[in-house]
Amino acid sequence: MRRALEAPVAAVGRKALGLTAGFGRFGAFVLSAGRALPDVGVWGRLVIIQMARLGVASLPIALFIAGFTGIVLALQASYTFTGAVPLYFVGALVGKTMILELGPVLTGLALAGRVGANIAAEIGTMRVTEQIDALETLAYDPLSYLVVPRVLASIVMFPAVVAFANVVGVGGGWITSINLLDLSTPQFVRGLRLFFEPFDVQYSLIKAASFGFAVSSIGCFFGFTTQGGAEAVGKATTQAVVVSSMLILVLDAFWAVTLL
Amino acid sequence: MSIELAGVSKAFGSKVVLDGIDLEVHDQETLAVIGASGSGKSVLLKTIVRLIEADAGRVSVDGQDVRSLSREHLHELRRQIGYVFQFAALFDSMTVFDNVAMGLRRSGEMTDASIRQRVAESLLLVEMDGYESRLPAEISGGQRKRVGLARAIATRPKYLLYDEPTSGLDPVTTAVIDDLILRMARELSVTSVVVTHDMQSAYRVANRIAMLYSGLIRYSGTPDEIRATDDPIVKGFIEGRPDLLQGAAA
Repeated sequence: MRRALEAPVAAVGRKALGLTAGFGRFGAFVLSAGRALPDVGVWGRLVIIQMARLGVASLPIALFIAGFTGIVLALQASYTFTGAVPLYFVGALVGKTMILELGPVLTGLALAGRVGANIAAEIGTMRVTEQIDALETLAYDPLSYLVVPRVLASIVMFPAVVAFANVVGVGGGWITSINLLDLSTPQFVRGLRLFFEPFDVQYSLIKAASFGFAVSSIGCFFGFTTQGGAEAVGKATTQAVVVSSMLILVLDAFWAVTLL
Repeated sequence: MSIELAGVSKAFGSKVVLDGIDLEVHDQETLAVIGASGSGKSVLLKTIVRLIEADAGRVSVDGQDVRSLSREHLHELRRQIGYVFQFAALFDSMTVFDNVAMGLRRSGEMTDASIRQRVAESLLLVEMDGYESRLPAEISGGQRKRVGLARAIATRPKYLLYDEPTSGLDPVTTAVIDDLILRMARELSVTSVVVTHDMQSAYRVANRIAMLYSGLIRYSGTPDEIRATDDPIVKGFIEGRPDLLQGAAA
């Protein structure tokens, strides 16, 4: 009996130790990247390129998700409120939910797939094909050249993409309300302004910036630590997406507890 | 002494790859390091530029202890060393021109015009002029190796380290790469270390050949000396005779 229990407990222990060591390595990696920040000459111009690649190129998917989320929110709100709550509250629910939660979180999760996978696969491939070693032999710090521009670009661009997603999401709810529900534009706007606080926007953008940091730094970390060949790159990419998606939800809860 | 390794050890987990190795590379010499696949040749080369950290021992380049250099000083030293990778390791999102210009841009001391001129000179040296705007995916394996060599020599280094420069190439392209190694040594007066398991290449390009076996330098001598050796391990390797290797190991 005792022996039967030992194996699973030992397995859990090993897993916990592995996770702790992984967090330690990730922390050390982020600190090393932080030490590369003064190397502006290397990462300066690359940030703009990464802002376009990681941020601007992500807009279509983020806006697509936000638009349809806004439509569904309006319809579900109307379905829930019927007869009990005035219909103009649809504007309040769409605005509040989109800006506080669904805009940043759904965009974050979509970008964890797109941006996180892109970063991990690219850097992982560079690792296994010795391109990162080649950078080092040419006297470049790979952290300055590869990590810092991606992380900074993500911290700047995630909030920008989320801001657009919030607008499109609310816009989707508004168009649905005036076309499919018995609601006018002034009624929708009345509801929208009812509980709106400027802090909501700050909260949304702070969350988005933290998601940008999490997704990009985790993508870089798994890419950098890739060992082996194509299979290892695939594994690193999957791990980056899974871990950054989980971290987005953890950060979401963290900001709700600390800021609301 | 331009490159010196003294008592250098490196293990990956329980697998000891370098076991207290001693090796000297003299000024303007071309040393070929031979040995079986997995014997640690590439690890040896990477410890010289600290792409891999040695566990113990002293690695010295130009009298500087590579293992104790700060990040900044290591970068300065690396500007003196050109490294040619086994599979070229070209940056696949950049053109041939940008690949070769990478090291030159890093120094921040050259104008765009002088970078263009140096890139053109380097590509001409490896007979790859006219390929500036191609991407690595658009050229052959042999051409990629030549561009990798152009990138390594663009900064006019004092040392050139070649990691399996002819592996996977046909005999004609191998001869072209060997000629380039000889030309670089002659025209740029560099000190070279060539890691290879291609004996014909080693005989052609090297002034001296060292054989790595069981984590140690088993033999070191001129191409003529190594041909004449009666060490069964060395003889078994250079003549491709597993019977000699197995007999000696037993």
